[in-house]
Amino acid sequence: MSQPTPPKMSARNVNVYYGEKQAIQNVSIDVDTDNVTAFIGPSGCGKSTFLRTLNRMNDTVASARVEGEITLDGENIYSSGMDVVQLRARVGMVFQKPNPFPKSIYDNIAYGPRIHGLASAKADLDVIVESSLRRAGLWDEVKDRLKDSGTALSGGQQQRLCIGRAIAVEPEVILMDEPCSALDPIATAKIEELIHELRGRYAIVIVTHNMQQAARVSQRTAFFHLGTLVEYGSTSEIFTNPREDRTKDYITGRYG
Amino acid sequence: MAEQHTVKAFDEDINRLRGLIAEMGGRVETAIDEAMTALVEQDTKKAKAVVLGDERIDALESEVERLVVQIIALRAPLADDLREVIAALKIVGVVERIGDYAKNIAKRVPKIGDHRTIEPISLLPSMAQVASEMVGDALNAFSARDALLAEAVIARDSVVDSFYNSIFRTLVTYMVENPKTISECAHLLFIAKNLERIGDHATNVAEMVYYAATGEYLPERDKDVKIES
Repeated sequence: MSQPTPPKMSARNVNVYYGEKQAIQNVSIDVDTDNVTAFIGPSGCGKSTFLRTLNRMNDTVASARVEGEITLDGENIYSSGMDVVQLRARVGMVFQKPNPFPKSIYDNIAYGPRIHGLASAKADLDVIVESSLRRAGLWDEVKDRLKDSGTALSGGQQQRLCIGRAIAVEPEVILMDEPCSALDPIATAKIEELIHELRGRYAIVIVTHNMQQAARVSQRTAFFHLGTLVEYGSTSEIFTNPREDRTKDYITGRYG
Repeated sequence: MAEQHTVKAFDEDINRLRGLIAEMGGRVETAIDEAMTALVEQDTKKAKAVVLGDERIDALESEVERLVVQIIALRAPLADDLREVIAALKIVGVVERIGDYAKNIAKRVPKIGDHRTIEPISLLPSMAQVASEMVGDALNAFSARDALLAEAVIARDSVVDSFYNSIFRTLVTYMVENPKTISECAHLLFIAKNLERIGDHATNVAEMVYYAATGEYLPERDKDVKIES
């Protein structure tokens, strides 16, 4: 038997507080590169808060405090030696609302590689821009207008641009916080197809309110409720035969 | 089901689905009982009524199929709801087959005529009663999501199988001794076989109910009646 691949990211006994209020209680979870992991749960359950602990986005919230251990390839990301800028290049993020820079399509992609020093020569950057846009499924739609502003694209294209921007710095993990909630069904389908294609190359974690989306794009699903991780398992098991009543009540629409 | 859905219309759909299946089950159970009464009482009119009644059972099957497609399309059911809806779709197909067996029994009634002298026939009503109760209980288990009752139904299939073997033996012996009754006895043999198949199908329904209720599959078991020489 071959050794199972160690998890890309691993959280152990994580607690998150906003001031006095505890938002996450004792969550332990592994995510890996072979599977897309979906976080589901009602509003306020902590799924986005937890997602944001995975690349220390909560550092930007003054009152937020994180306890426990989160590792990336076995290295604690909350250790004092961790370079947070470097961490966020390795663990990229895509947000609910597409937020391209008010720059050209080309510069949106080239920005990260430039500041991280991945490429300086124009030719090298050209290669990164094209391959990132190709992987983001956007190249054919924008290759003739790379100088146009990123904000001039449609919502779905902007979101794929943001995914391309995240990919451009060669991350290992991509966190997506409701990446399709502002998109129409066709743009949503394109993002979902993209997630499917990116699987295996990057560890992908997606927070979604859309249960069907979690079912469609993920292989592993985690259900959060009131700051706790209630159930984590294979997506098909969670959606056909959940072990926990709270999971069942939520996914079948009997919650609350 | 303990909790109601936030979307009440979903509960209405599910209740309608259960109502249709309960009606279908009731009609099939009655069809078996009436077909057997018609056989025992040589009541060809009653037999004809059973044959005609099968149309309504077929119509109910189509109605359930349409409703299931609608529920899947509009409500996207998950977990136990999904299992129940899929089970409903499969169960109506099986129950429709059970209705066909009852109809087939009824169709044989006019062909048999006076059979009071054929002694093995006395076992058939008892066999039919067990089979018909299995159908009724399997469908009650469905509407109550009752896995225990489903298991009890499955356990009873061996009783029906024993009846079949016993009837088979006595009928064959009887035919050997009374060659003039072979035509009637052949029909009775088919009736016994129909009842045996009804028991198998009730078992299938119970297995689907068990899965819908628990999310687990029962270990595969041998449903076939042992063929004796």
